[in-house]
Amino acid sequence: MLQLLTPSGDVLGEPPLSVDLTRRLYRAMVYVRTFDRKCAALQKQGRLATYAPFEGQEAAQVGSAAPLDPEDWMVASYRDAAAMWMQGYPWELLIAWRTGDERGGRPPEHVSVLPPSITVGGHMLHAVGLAWSARHFGEERIAITYFGDGATSEGDFHEAMNLAAVYGLGVVFFCQNNQYAISMPRTAQTRSETIAEKAIAYGMPGVQVDGNDLFAVFTATAEAIDRARAGDGPTLIEAVTYRLGPHTTSDDPSRYREESEVEQWRRRDPLERVRIFLSERDAWTPEWQERLETEASTEIERAVELAEGMDGLGPARIFEAMFDELPPHLVDQRAEALRSVGQ
Amino acid sequence: MAVLTLAQALNQGLEQALAEHPEVVILGEDVGRTGGVFRITDGLQRRFGPERVVDTPVAESGIVGMAFGMAVGGMRPVVEIQFMGFSYPAFDQIVNHVARIRNRSRHRFTAPMVIRMPYGGGIGAAEHHSESTETIYVHTPGLKVVVPSRPADAKGLLASAVEDPDPVIFLEPIRLYRAVRETVPEDPHTVPIGEASIEREGTDVTLVSYGAMMKETRQAAEVLAERGVSAEVVDLRTLVPLDTDRLLASVEKTGRVVVVHEAPRTLGFGAEVAALVAERALYSLQAPPKRVTGWDTVVPLKKSEQYYLPSVGRIVAAAEETLTA
Repeated sequence: MLQLLTPSGDVLGEPPLSVDLTRRLYRAMVYVRTFDRKCAALQKQGRLATYAPFEGQEAAQVGSAAPLDPEDWMVASYRDAAAMWMQGYPWELLIAWRTGDERGGRPPEHVSVLPPSITVGGHMLHAVGLAWSARHFGEERIAITYFGDGATSEGDFHEAMNLAAVYGLGVVFFCQNNQYAISMPRTAQTRSETIAEKAIAYGMPGVQVDGNDLFAVFTATAEAIDRARAGDGPTLIEAVTYRLGPHTTSDDPSRYREESEVEQWRRRDPLERVRIFLSERDAWTPEWQERLETEASTEIERAVELAEGMDGLGPARIFEAMFDELPPHLVDQRAEALRSVGQ
Repeated sequence: MAVLTLAQALNQGLEQALAEHPEVVILGEDVGRTGGVFRITDGLQRRFGPERVVDTPVAESGIVGMAFGMAVGGMRPVVEIQFMGFSYPAFDQIVNHVARIRNRSRHRFTAPMVIRMPYGGGIGAAEHHSESTETIYVHTPGLKVVVPSRPADAKGLLASAVEDPDPVIFLEPIRLYRAVRETVPEDPHTVPIGEASIEREGTDVTLVSYGAMMKETRQAAEVLAERGVSAEVVDLRTLVPLDTDRLLASVEKTGRVVVVHEAPRTLGFGAEVAALVAERALYSLQAPPKRVTGWDTVVPLKKSEQYYLPSVGRIVAAAEETLTA
């Protein structure tokens, strides 16, 4: 398992990132943690439909998205708001989607991130096709797809890995092995020793990294992205991490795991080791930390306001994005829907 | 203008789509080197190369899911599923992604793609090779469903499907691939999606069908004519969006309707036709609507298939029942 920054903040070898870049990514991790905690709190107040927290996985998401070019495709899952934000998806849309507003699924024109897939595994294939379209049109873009350890048991994981390898497409398969698929532990999910080793069967490189290590994640993903962009095909990355919170806000993890295990992983916090690293290089101060947290809170509060200010689609607009042009039967049904609410 | 079979017309349509649109690719199992199990893509890989006519591993979900990504990325994939009964592994991709991405992203991302599926029985094939489960796709919001029965329509509807901004399930009647011939315009032409065709005008009873069963439906109209019954024949051609206006106008004119399909009866397309007629044209009816359909059974294998597929006799009998009601 590739590790470059230990939980106690020691760098193994030369630091792969400059202090400046490390500071920027640390800032991003503080922002996404603020977002995550805010969303969990909003859900408890009944302001979000449901929420799948990613606390503990910040380095995996921030570190893997950081080396992407802005036009690279990203196809992620419902737990990957941090990676999506890194790739340009605005906070307010990430929140709007979670409040139950479809418009949260429409990123701005310049953002090449698909709205998240809720079903597990199917979306990996979409990244394969997007990488194909990039090649077809002679674009430099690659595609990255995010999924969890549970998704590797889905048939579509196999089909996506196989097709990407067969056609030599520029895809990065980024697995956040957070140890649990709801209640099913990683060890019960597959008899493979690692998820990374599954890559061997498809004839592509597979790398296991410490997913709580920003440096390792960044380095491995940057290499995979370079390979994809150079036309040398796909890579599977297994980022070994841990979901500190529940699967979603409706889950009770105490039914399937011990608090002592969670504690153990808290000690491998992905932010803390970067903080120590920066602190030892006089690039972190408590004042800066405080400022970051305040700025993050303000920015996310503003996004919450924007998202909550959206008024829902309403009876007419639920029809409007089914087809390019509304067919006659939907015109009729829309009229009926409007009549039913007295409009 | 050449006289072509339905298979030849589709081949010509696909060839023209590849020639006209650089973003079109054909994907499927054995579509390249062998030209597909029904030879619909015969010769296309030779002309356009393996990057445009792509042989795929045996992975229906993978093919459709990958094609979905291609479509979102700006291409126009035309997928061939070897037989409709093999589309079920791709069901999740079709229903959860292909049909929904426009809505999920509020028009930002779309999946303009064609999924071709040879469908229907009557060729004495093995299990899973005779399916006619169009209802599944008709029932899925976000898909268009097209079922041609004639060579010229097949070519024209295919061209429309390729150019359509939304995903189209394109059902091809296996047993008519080489059983019908007609003059087909040489040049690219389109037949609009969503328009039924009144194939034969009549006054006594409306026979409604689509795809493979059009053959028996046409023959039934001939038999009825010999018996002095004037049947109007409606080829729906598109199931979604349905040409409700033409359908209802015909039923209002004749006052009687028989709907014919080989799909199982319960919640088959005939149920929708009967419901529409009941809701909107009940007072024009002189007899209850009749459904002539496959049974709610698995399609029998070769030796017993004849007891499953609607016959000309069953259609004629149903039409005559509406006349004596």
